[in-house]
Amino acid sequence: MNELQPRPDPDVLLRRLKQDEARASRGQLKIFLGFAPGVGKTYRMLQVARDLVADQTLDVVVGIVETHRRRETAAMTLGLELLARRKLEYRGQVIEEFDLDAALARKPKVILVDELAHTNTIGARHPKRWQDVEELLGAGIDVYTTMNVQHVESLNDVITQITHIQVRETVPDSVLDSANAVELVDIAPEELLARLREGKVYLPEQAKIAAEHFFQRGNLLALRELALRRTAQHVDDDVLAYREEHGLSANVPAGERILVCVGPAPSSAHLIRETARLAGGLRCPWVAAYVDATALASVSEGDRERLETHLRLAESLGATVVRLSGSRVADALIDCARRKNASRIVIGKPTHSRFRDRLHGSLLDEIVRGSGDISVQVISGESRPSAADRRDAPQEATKFTQYLSSMALVAVTLSVAWFLRNSLAIPDPEMLFLLTVMITAVWFGRGPSLFSAGLGIAAYDFFFVPPYLTFAVADRRYVLTFGMMFAVAFVLSELAARVKRQERDARAREERTAVLYSLSRDLASADTPARIAEVAARHAADVFAASAVVLVTNSDAPLVAIGASPANALLDSKEMVVAHWALEHLRLAGTGTDNLPGSSSICAPLHLGPTPLGVMALLPRIRQPLRLEQRAFLDAFCRQVAAALERSRLAEEARAATLRVKTEEMRSSLLSAVSHDLRTPLASITGAATSLRDDSALEPLTRFELVTSICDEADRMERLVSNLLDMMRLESGALVLKRDWIPIDELVSSATVRLEMRLLDRLLQVDIPSDIPMVLVDPVLFEQVFVNLLENACKYTPPQSPLEIGATSDAHAVVVDIRDHGPGLPVGSENKVFEKFYRCPTGGRSCGTAGAGLGLAICRGIAEAHGGSIWAENAATGGVTFHVSVPIGGEPPPVTDAEGVSL
Amino acid sequence: MNEQQPLVLVVEDEAPQRKFIRASLTSHGYRMVEAERASEVAMLVTSHNPALILMDLGLPDGDGLELTVQLRQWSRIPIIVISARGRESDKVAALDAGADDYLTKPFGVNELLARMRVALRHAGGEAAGAISTQTLEFSNLKLDLGRRIVTIEGTEVHLTPTEYKLLVLLARNAGKVLTHRQIVTDVWGPSYSMEIHNVRVHMAELRRKIDGNRARPKLIVTEPGVGYRLRDRG
Repeated sequence: MNELQPRPDPDVLLRRLKQDEARASRGQLKIFLGFAPGVGKTYRMLQVARDLVADQTLDVVVGIVETHRRRETAAMTLGLELLARRKLEYRGQVIEEFDLDAALARKPKVILVDELAHTNTIGARHPKRWQDVEELLGAGIDVYTTMNVQHVESLNDVITQITHIQVRETVPDSVLDSANAVELVDIAPEELLARLREGKVYLPEQAKIAAEHFFQRGNLLALRELALRRTAQHVDDDVLAYREEHGLSANVPAGERILVCVGPAPSSAHLIRETARLAGGLRCPWVAAYVDATALASVSEGDRERLETHLRLAESLGATVVRLSGSRVADALIDCARRKNASRIVIGKPTHSRFRDRLHGSLLDEIVRGSGDISVQVISGESRPSAADRRDAPQEATKFTQYLSSMALVAVTLSVAWFLRNSLAIPDPEMLFLLTVMITAVWFGRGPSLFSAGLGIAAYDFFFVPPYLTFAVADRRYVLTFGMMFAVAFVLSELAARVKRQERDARAREERTAVLYSLSRDLASADTPARIAEVAARHAADVFAASAVVLVTNSDAPLVAIGASPANALLDSKEMVVAHWALEHLRLAGTGTDNLPGSSSICAPLHLGPTPLGVMALLPRIRQPLRLEQRAFLDAFCRQVAAALERSRLAEEARAATLRVKTEEMRSSLLSAVSHDLRTPLASITGAATSLRDDSALEPLTRFELVTSICDEADRMERLVSNLLDMMRLESGALVLKRDWIPIDELVSSATVRLEMRLLDRLLQVDIPSDIPMVLVDPVLFEQVFVNLLENACKYTPPQSPLEIGATSDAHAVVVDIRDHGPGLPVGSENKVFEKFYRCPTGGRSCGTAGAGLGLAICRGIAEAHGGSIWAENAATGGVTFHVSVPIGGEPPPVTDAEGVSL
Repeated sequence: MNEQQPLVLVVEDEAPQRKFIRASLTSHGYRMVEAERASEVAMLVTSHNPALILMDLGLPDGDGLELTVQLRQWSRIPIIVISARGRESDKVAALDAGADDYLTKPFGVNELLARMRVALRHAGGEAAGAISTQTLEFSNLKLDLGRRIVTIEGTEVHLTPTEYKLLVLLARNAGKVLTHRQIVTDVWGPSYSMEIHNVRVHMAELRRKIDGNRARPKLIVTEPGVGYRLRDRG
């Protein structure tokens, strides 16, 4: 038995874990669902709230409750904390609204928000109250709310059919589905009608009108059924979730997925709702697909708007919206269905005539034939489309002048034909008129071309068709000619219009692609966030005809503007609120969106994952909502910008990390250097000094040795300290070279003088030709290079071994060589010796008095600061030669003697 | 006896340093007055009239450099700056401000005593007008100021007028560091711009002529970033 029980799917488990996580921080939503106003939802909600306060002493606040002046309901609010309403002025009226900010600031455990489907007054943050609720839940506040079943989005059209009342305020099904609990508030319809009669539901004067339209027993029964069903569905979902949670197999056909074909036709809305219900029943994901086949169909502005409404609707009902493009609609749809693994395709019943199918081929037919193992469900295209919906796509503005021009063209043709009438055979004038019609069709479009066809036919008939100078036609044959002319006008104008449209669309697409391309190119070369922001703002300002400001989050502030175009564009405090909101919720906000539509800016969040990086704020010159395609484009745009920002942030982090590691290494080396190399001489000094102080019986010779060792060790410490100081000076970045023209001899000789005592036992040979030019260096620093090199040589070569210093020069640089006759560097460490804290391994050179490994690193630092270099090589005959190359640094200045005479 | 011992004013705020200096000076025949603060100095100078001042730069109530400038306005007492500030710009600033010498801490006793002797001798020489001595000798170098002849181990060396001026300047201040500015002012004249490379080139030439072993200059020592000093072994 146990073996047969399937193990929980790991993906499902993971998803559940994530859900649990999200759930933990998210507030709980409880919806009191009713089938009609007056069933007592608000009353029930308040009752539950009172119990919560009384029994569990929870922190409950009434956010907003509409009592509709019902005394019983009002009484229920007594003793509960009421949140003050926000007063908004709209068209001279003061309207009281739910105060979202106050609620968020108050942050109770539970808040009551009545009427989930309510539409907020303009000026509120969100257009809809359910969006306010979403934000409350997001802030971790539990929300109790009420709604009627006719406000459920997917049931909207069904209810319109039943009640004949169009409900404008709807709530997406996803809100209802995401509710943690749905409580049905139910009474018998008869009782409700009785309550209505008693005036307990609405105010008496409203009751009658309302009752006539809505409160009919049939309506109420149907609505009640819908409410019960919807609740049952929610309960079902809970059961399913429970089963999943406990490893019980869900009773769901695996992999069911529905694809619905959406178009601009008004019937599509119905199709979408039907599919949503279907998918809800099957508990499966669904996809709304639209084929952007501008090549085939003409898409007018009206169509476009309707299409966008449809796609938004699908999205709000929980569909994944995909836009496809392709020359053949059916192929594109089937391809998408296969890619998305759809198990069925939902398509509307054709409403057009069979004749059109003959002409264009039937989409339905093609899909049915091409879908293979995918089932196809044909749903009634339905719905009595309103007259407004049926209106034809508005033609492109046809100017009066175009008609005038067509008329002129016909007149010209007529006169030409008239003058040539004697030399022309009868069909020729016909051809001339046809040409005119064609020209007007291509140039001016349908209206003027049909107009010119009519005029042309009239003129042709009047002047050239017997009987002449009458509109009568003797020969039937000419009727066909006239028909031909109209047909040509129609077909050609249609074709021309289509070509123009395609051209326009193609151009728009190309422009967008070009913009994105140039944006990505410019972003690629921008390396700092500020540069990226500047590039992004400039492009955005260009493309969206707006002022653009790019704001990013950084450690100092949640949002800082770092790029703007034009450069003086900035956001006032009101628009900053919009930007902050967009950043916090990672959603588009501002004018023309669902969030804070009252503002004058559009703020798009810049993010790749769940971490917000910043906000792109647009202040459009003309305030109009973004079209869906523009939104998609803005999204793509912002994604690119976000990617660039992320890239720079990662690069910055990597740099910082490397620096940290380096600093860490440096610090530990420094610590060891300081602790070891400073302590060792200190120990010797302390030891020697204490013996001198405490032991009075020391031999004079021992005393002398001790004192000498104190001096030597102090010396060693002094060198170490000054090396450390030099290194810090070099590395602090604050090093300013005080360059001066100086002969190389002087640098070398001052170094040898400084090391006089240590070089006493050495045979030191200096061979610097007198024609070596002066170099432009910092004399103090550069002398240090030679001091360190010579000191190093003394340290690592046997006493009394000779040292040689030589120099050569070319046009650009002087190279000084310092050669010793010691054991040489270990093979492979010629470069490493210049690294900080590098000490030669034992066994190589004799490390008598090991230093901190800074001397040569300082040499390299100084040489490189001068644009020079330093390197070492083992000589074939033994010993090491260190080469220091110094750029000469230009033309040495003239030298004058004491009398001011140039030498 | 006591009266013949030179009196040294030590301006130093660090007690261990004062202790070390006191030990060294008293055992070498100097008397000593100590000051811990800049504010005490002027009073002590007027009341004790020391022969020499050892001046630390970083004092709790003032800067030794400013103090040097102030003292120089009314006193010619030699000042040797002793400081832990080892940067060349500090040295130049102190020397240009009128200090006679500059010793960077840590320093050895012998070094200190040698510098003190030089400073005292110059002060004494100046006072007695001894600079008009006709000949100056430094190991194997001999300068006959009257005849303007320079010889090394008896052989005459030919110097250009500029080199000669440089050498005389260094010789008269033997043992003392002369900053580039001081040298330019003295040899090229006070109005001459500070083009140190002029000094360097002439100095290099001078060295070639009088300092035999190029690897180990015996006479003219470069103080990197500060100036030059003629070594005085006398």
